Amino acid sequence: MISADISTVLPEIVLAVYAMLALIFAVYTGKDKTAGLVVWASAGALLAAAFWIGFSGTDTRTAFNGAFVNDSFARFAKVVILLSAAAVLVMGKDYMARRDLLRFEYPVLVVLSVVGMMMMVSAGDLMSLYMGLELQSLALYVVASLRRDSVKSTEAGLKYFVLGALSSGMLLYGASLTYGYAGTTLFSGIIAAAGTEGLSLGLLFGLVFMITGLAFKVSAVPFHMWTPDVYEGSPTPVTAFFATAPKMAAMGLFARVMHDAFGGATQDWGQVIALLAVLSMFLGAVAAIGQRNIKRLMAYSSITHMGFALMALAAGTAGGVQAMLIYMAIYVTMNVGTFAFILSMEKDGQPVTDIGALNMYSRAEPLKALAVLVLMFSLAGVPPLVGFFGKFYALKAAVDADMAWLAIAGVVASVISAFYYLRIVFYMYFGEDRDGALDGTMSPVLWGLLMASAAIMLVGVINLFGVEGLAAVAAQTLVN
Amino acid sequence: MTELLSEYLPILIFLGLAVALGLVLILAAVIIAVRHPDPEKLSAYECGFNAFDDARMKFDVRFYLVSILFIIFDLEIAFLFPWAVSFGEVGLVGFWSMMVFLAVLTIGFAYEWKKGALEWE
Repeated sequence: MISADISTVLPEIVLAVYAMLALIFAVYTGKDKTAGLVVWASAGALLAAAFWIGFSGTDTRTAFNGAFVNDSFARFAKVVILLSAAAVLVMGKDYMARRDLLRFEYPVLVVLSVVGMMMMVSAGDLMSLYMGLELQSLALYVVASLRRDSVKSTEAGLKYFVLGALSSGMLLYGASLTYGYAGTTLFSGIIAAAGTEGLSLGLLFGLVFMITGLAFKVSAVPFHMWTPDVYEGSPTPVTAFFATAPKMAAMGLFARVMHDAFGGATQDWGQVIALLAVLSMFLGAVAAIGQRNIKRLMAYSSITHMGFALMALAAGTAGGVQAMLIYMAIYVTMNVGTFAFILSMEKDGQPVTDIGALNMYSRAEPLKALAVLVLMFSLAGVPPLVGFFGKFYALKAAVDADMAWLAIAGVVASVISAFYYLRIVFYMYFGEDRDGALDGTMSPVLWGLLMASAAIMLVGVINLFGVEGLAAVAAQTLVN
Repeated sequence: MTELLSEYLPILIFLGLAVALGLVLILAAVIIAVRHPDPEKLSAYECGFNAFDDARMKFDVRFYLVSILFIIFDLEIAFLFPWAVSFGEVGLVGFWSMMVFLAVLTIGFAYEWKKGALEWE
């Protein structure tokens, strides 16, 4: 019994044990001198776990009386989380080493937060949900304030912590109401208690509070206020991490709770999430227009993108979950490439975040400028790039669920948000020729990730690398 | 629904009483207390001599560190007590779960020790 449970959660256990061993190894040997080694080892461990989970069969296994679910949906989300976390770890190493930020705790904390994310997308119980969420969040609060002597970085960490604690409180309040009215914390028990003919008032309150807590974590409007400050204040590699793996995990958890625990009340949460989606798409699109700082711009961009993913989820169908998974996989890939470029934005060895620095970048670096152009077009959702297909699936899911108004709002927001992506392209190709261009150097890792991401956006048009089919299978196991 | 809600009625009554009682005590002090303030009464009390400086002084961050480290052992005890009391029922799985928990805690402790968090200077 217990051995079957443990074999189900073995990847998580192995990663957690790895993190603890790495911590002890580093602190008992060279401390921060071993940080580079730990980064590579951690990225290797994450990559190995991704392959392990990716090729571990297609069945649904549960452990600990249903508190932990390992199904196709969880595996899809985990592979995206693990691959992006590995990429982000490797990509930030140089940047952190040159600014004396490369502590050995950084990769260890990233691995621990990834274990938390894996727990989140596999949660089958309110308690395992909260455990995963907190393991993820606590590690993230620390890495946000990694640059301890910078006011902005410590402010980012503190702000993230306070608002994260607030959102956890909301979530717990919702969870306690849900437990009070359903009599169980198991998702399978909650869905049975909720029945099919509408939620009771208490469960509805619990549901809304839980959505509020989760919306904080995916930074959906009106619970987004921490995002720009945290993105700006954190060291850029950490920002890159925030923009990728945790978003996938939070969206995965969102879908998991909505369908596994409240699957009978699609109408009830569909409208709440639809509202969150519309607000996120518009606020993200409009607020980013005034931003000159590319990290803040990417923060608002992520809010818009979360709006689209929520739009897919709001449909409340298997098609919606499939669209959400495809969207998140594409979004994470685009962000890895974009942040690889942002990490390389330097002038005289100092990091630059002002988008004005990109003026006439195409003249100095035509190939890199072209890659960024592809990524920006893809982020904006311009056909025929892969980013367009992500948006297309989300819109299709909304229309199929008789939410045409939501789809129209999405298209309008998408057009507005295209402005600031295209402005970056405009600066690069038609900007004023100013002195002091960006440094041309770019580490091979960053160059490789930027080009790979841009190439995926072009080549993926053919068949999306089969992600569509995998996402469909994953969605089927969640929604039935 | 109403049946379920009525089960929670005692809690509601308790909440109402707690709020009412708290308000009564605060308001009573405001309304009926005798007040004759003078500078001596209003100044901060400091064991007979005049206050040296503002009460809002900076603390050394090491105090916080020690208190945070204390929490590790505090939590450990909080978990160990119920475990020890129910040791007969939790069986072998319970025993090894606690051993794993203690091992994880020990790793954290070994880390902070080696990191020098326990040294005052």
